[in-house]
Amino acid sequence: MNHGPSGRAGALALRGGVTAWVTALVAVPVLVLAWRGIADGPAAFWAAISDPAAVDALWLSGWTAAVASVLNAIAGTALAWVLVRWDVPGRRAIGALVDLPLAIPTLVAGVLIIALFGPQTPIGHWLVGIGIPVAFAKPGIVLALLFVTLPFGVRAVEPVLEELDPAEEEASYTLGATPFYTLTRVLLPPLFPAIAAGAVQTFARSVAEFGSLAAVSGNIPHRTLVAPVYVLGEVEAGNPSGAAAVSLVLLAIALTLQPLGAALARRAGARRA
Amino acid sequence: MRSRRRPTGPARVVFAAVIAWLALLLVVPLGALALSVAGSFSAVVAALTSAEALHAIGLSVGVAAACIVANGIFGVAGALVLVRQRFVGRRLLDALVELPLALSPVMTGLAFLLVFGRNGLLHPALDAVGLQVAFAWPAVLLATLFVTLPFTLREVALVLEELGDSEEQAAATLGATGWQTFWRVTLPNLRSGLVVGTTLTSARALGEFGAVLVVGGGIANRTQTATTFIHSAIEERQEPAAYGMALLLAAVAVALLFVLQRDRE
Repeated sequence: MNHGPSGRAGALALRGGVTAWVTALVAVPVLVLAWRGIADGPAAFWAAISDPAAVDALWLSGWTAAVASVLNAIAGTALAWVLVRWDVPGRRAIGALVDLPLAIPTLVAGVLIIALFGPQTPIGHWLVGIGIPVAFAKPGIVLALLFVTLPFGVRAVEPVLEELDPAEEEASYTLGATPFYTLTRVLLPPLFPAIAAGAVQTFARSVAEFGSLAAVSGNIPHRTLVAPVYVLGEVEAGNPSGAAAVSLVLLAIALTLQPLGAALARRAGARRA
Repeated sequence: MRSRRRPTGPARVVFAAVIAWLALLLVVPLGALALSVAGSFSAVVAALTSAEALHAIGLSVGVAAACIVANGIFGVAGALVLVRQRFVGRRLLDALVELPLALSPVMTGLAFLLVFGRNGLLHPALDAVGLQVAFAWPAVLLATLFVTLPFTLREVALVLEELGDSEEQAAATLGATGWQTFWRVTLPNLRSGLVVGTTLTSARALGEFGAVLVVGGGIANRTQTATTFIHSAIEERQEPAAYGMALLLAAVAVALLFVLQRDRE
């Protein structure tokens, strides 16, 4: 007898099918990757991740992600505040623009930055002349990260701000508090967990970012080579074990940040209630 | 909806600043790309109608279509399991579904390479039956299925959670079989989740780059997708080809975004 997907036999079959699909597609490849990272023993693992080029790549990924997280937290909070609180011209267009990086392929984001700041463009030529190259340099890396993570900062803060009573800000402001006092004492404290959640999400995405940086960073070892692009280089150089070892470091960072971000998002949500 | 006022005082400064930020980050670079394409339009058209480019577009569209179908089925099934069923290992399954979002694309490609590549786990078995996965189209498909796995499931699960199961209970009470209830009640109710999930899946599938580069190799006329086409065009300094394909993908992204925005309302 056929009970369909809601019968007991149907439920078991459905669960089995879904579990098999996820195991084959996700669990097995990731476990193989993890295994290859450590299969050659702790000494080989350590040698792979303490290679100077690997250390420099991880460090570059880390600090550019941190810079992007801070800048995106500021920009995201400001954008969310404008979108939630004020009737600005083109509000809907701004909202759509914020989501654009979710739809634009990350490699295309890199191409966009090169199209504007590349050394052969007038702006890029001028920037190189004054000693601040963007394309194939560190500012380009940060710019690309800010592009791909733009929605995270805004969308983390928006729903929490939506629930806050604007009367508190207005009261503080009309009672003679300076805008700075209102901002730091009234507006920001209840938003803090949401801003932090957005920043953690930004950091996690930035450390993993590949496509835009492969195009924009120039990939010069020790200078503009970020960790995911370093992993690609090791694969292409025929060193999959070394690539897997550095991947494991990135995976560890991701798996630490994911619960942290989720916990912060829950706290932000709890404040809403 | 709360009524909003026009910005006054310091709000004007903040508004001007965020507009400048969005312009610098998004609008001006898009404009620069469009200008650059317009400036070499005939070369762009020639590059995008080459056999290589058409093959790359075809592969990207085909893989995206396959991902939409597979994720449509898996997304509904997975959401039903994760939302409706209680069992040991449910949280682990939930975490595994989210895992592709945490991985760098290049790691995804490497993971599949270590399974299917020359010294890979399954290589002897696949070799024995004469099946090539790595550096062939199945690798592109598998890597793209991996990175798009969470999207449809998450959107459908959100809808399913809000829906509850009272309508299904009613259908069952009225004598509907399990499958009748599924096709006539459950599935139609999940439509909005499927639309959003499919849109996100399309965007991610068409835009996936790192994973398909590592495990597919981006071989022209074989495993080259729209994104890996851009990558090789950049490396060969074929600007019209790179910029043209990039603008095409950006235009598709804008179109998908419209679907997403419309559905939000």
